[in-house]
Amino acid sequence: MSELTLFLIRVAFLAILWIFVLSAISVIRSDMFGARVPETARGAAPAPAARKSAKPGKASKKPRRGAPTHLVVVEGENPGTRAELADAPLLIGRGSDAAIKLDDDYVSTRHARIAASGDEWFVEDLGSTNGTYVGPVRITQPTTIGVGVQVRVGKTILELRK
Amino acid sequence: MGFVHRRRRGAELFLLVLALAVGIGAYAAVGLGVEGTVPADLVGYGGWLTALIVAAHVTVRIVAPYADPVLLPLVAALNGLGLAILRRLDLTYEAIGNDDHTFARQQLTWMTLGVVLFIATLFLLRDHRSLQRLTYTSGLTAIVLLLLPFVPVIGVPINGANIWIRVAGFSFQPGEVAKVLLVVAFSGYLVLHRDALALAGRRVVFIDLPRGRDLGPILAMFGVSMMILVAQNDLGSSLLFFGLFLAMLYVATERPGWLVVGGLLFAAGALAAYTFVPNVQNRFNFWLHPMDYYEETPGSGQLVEAMFGMGWGGLIGRGLGNGFPERVPFAYSDFIVSTIGEELGLTAVMAIVLCYGLIVERALRIALISRDGFGKLMAVGLGSIVALQVFVVIGGVTGLIPLTGLTTPFLSYGGSSLVANWVVIALLLRISDQARRPTPRLDPVDDAGADSETTQVVKLK
Repeated sequence: MSELTLFLIRVAFLAILWIFVLSAISVIRSDMFGARVPETARGAAPAPAARKSAKPGKASKKPRRGAPTHLVVVEGENPGTRAELADAPLLIGRGSDAAIKLDDDYVSTRHARIAASGDEWFVEDLGSTNGTYVGPVRITQPTTIGVGVQVRVGKTILELRK
Repeated sequence: MGFVHRRRRGAELFLLVLALAVGIGAYAAVGLGVEGTVPADLVGYGGWLTALIVAAHVTVRIVAPYADPVLLPLVAALNGLGLAILRRLDLTYEAIGNDDHTFARQQLTWMTLGVVLFIATLFLLRDHRSLQRLTYTSGLTAIVLLLLPFVPVIGVPINGANIWIRVAGFSFQPGEVAKVLLVVAFSGYLVLHRDALALAGRRVVFIDLPRGRDLGPILAMFGVSMMILVAQNDLGSSLLFFGLFLAMLYVATERPGWLVVGGLLFAAGALAAYTFVPNVQNRFNFWLHPMDYYEETPGSGQLVEAMFGMGWGGLIGRGLGNGFPERVPFAYSDFIVSTIGEELGLTAVMAIVLCYGLIVERALRIALISRDGFGKLMAVGLGSIVALQVFVVIGGVTGLIPLTGLTTPFLSYGGSSLVANWVVIALLLRISDQARRPTPRLDPVDDAGADSETTQVVKLK
């Protein structure tokens, strides 16, 4: 095995190694922003969701009968406080930037968020101390809520109203 | 909300092909460099490696289709390269009549076991959040595992460290498994108690120090680390466990004050260890003045030979088979990076450090996009394990910090470490699959929808 051949093997191997590393970086780069899916295509796009898409379809008729228009505090320190859903996403918390600002000691500064996805409204916990409850269940991921569903944050109960 | 992650399984496959080219190419280059011919078992070896990687890839496709596309190829490339380097050392050890010259074969067996456990983890663990139930169980198991080497019959001291157990002819480091369990335990504990731990106490120059009464957990962890250092004589693991807890505590509470407290504790521990443990004192001296202790035993011969090797290797190395890695004791485990530095040069060492950097970057990225606090903390913890291990080992070998024994993840010879690290990657892929899945609220939609309808009916009546 001549010196030159060994040198070429060495350089070729280092080249493969770096091609691998650079390809990995380029995959990471293209992965950075994910894919943007148009809102209309979202319901139909995932094939396994086809079976389940029937239900959200049915649910979406309900808001058409009377879509919720505002979020209101029904129980707690500031009953009656309301926020229009047109301003969504709505932030709930004790902070001054919250759409519904609560004086409840058990509520975190940025407690939860109400936002829309298509025809549906969902509530998302923003890592609050005491958690956000939909009915009796503490939510761990964005959860869909309908009109009249009680969302509890701290000692306060909120719901969507028509 | 129109943002979803793509699956990227095709990209993963493409990277895996390149990773296999790295692994098998290195194996062929070793044969050409050392023996002058392509190794006779290249097809069998390459086929086995390919089968393992394809099995892992197919598993990811089936049970974690949205998982991160870069982690598995990075690990495959590092593991393949490590196998080739071990093969290269085996050939030399065989030539100079060393008893142990089947490291590559054993490592391939361990890798097979690692991939089997990787597949099993992905299949059995469909949601990482179910691990949160095992917080205290896994913490207790980790402590039992750490104590196992002291059990008289199965514990065996090797090279002065009491970290091994030997059962039915197989020796194993329970600490490697313990570190994964500790990550689960820390995440489960911190996700529940981080708010209490984040409460600010006294304020000293811009930094809120934590309250004195919250110091319990960190002091307990500090005690465990010191116990490992004194009783097991294992500086590396001690550093790893404490650093891991500190990193996770900081991420969980967002309080730099914990870093100050942890740093002070670490300084105190290091000072105490330096004063009372002669081994640690030696390590410091070898680090500061390696040349002065070259000829002595215990001396810095290993470290200095590694530096000679890396210096001789230069920018692009001597070529596989043309160096003298056998001059460095333990070139197959702790000092494998010096072998790579000698034979493939700085260029390859940089690529390898970059690969580790990317693994850690992916882990932190998974933590960022993960939707639940437990998953976030677990991803950070698993990433910190890799980061700390690589920093401690490569930093030690290159003379940046005092040398402490730990394995280089995926490269070094060491069954327990390799198997545990494959499980670490499986857990990371599981969390990332959960995090990148675009429609996580399909199931809750149905439940909540049903709830809202019944509520409404009652109200309408």
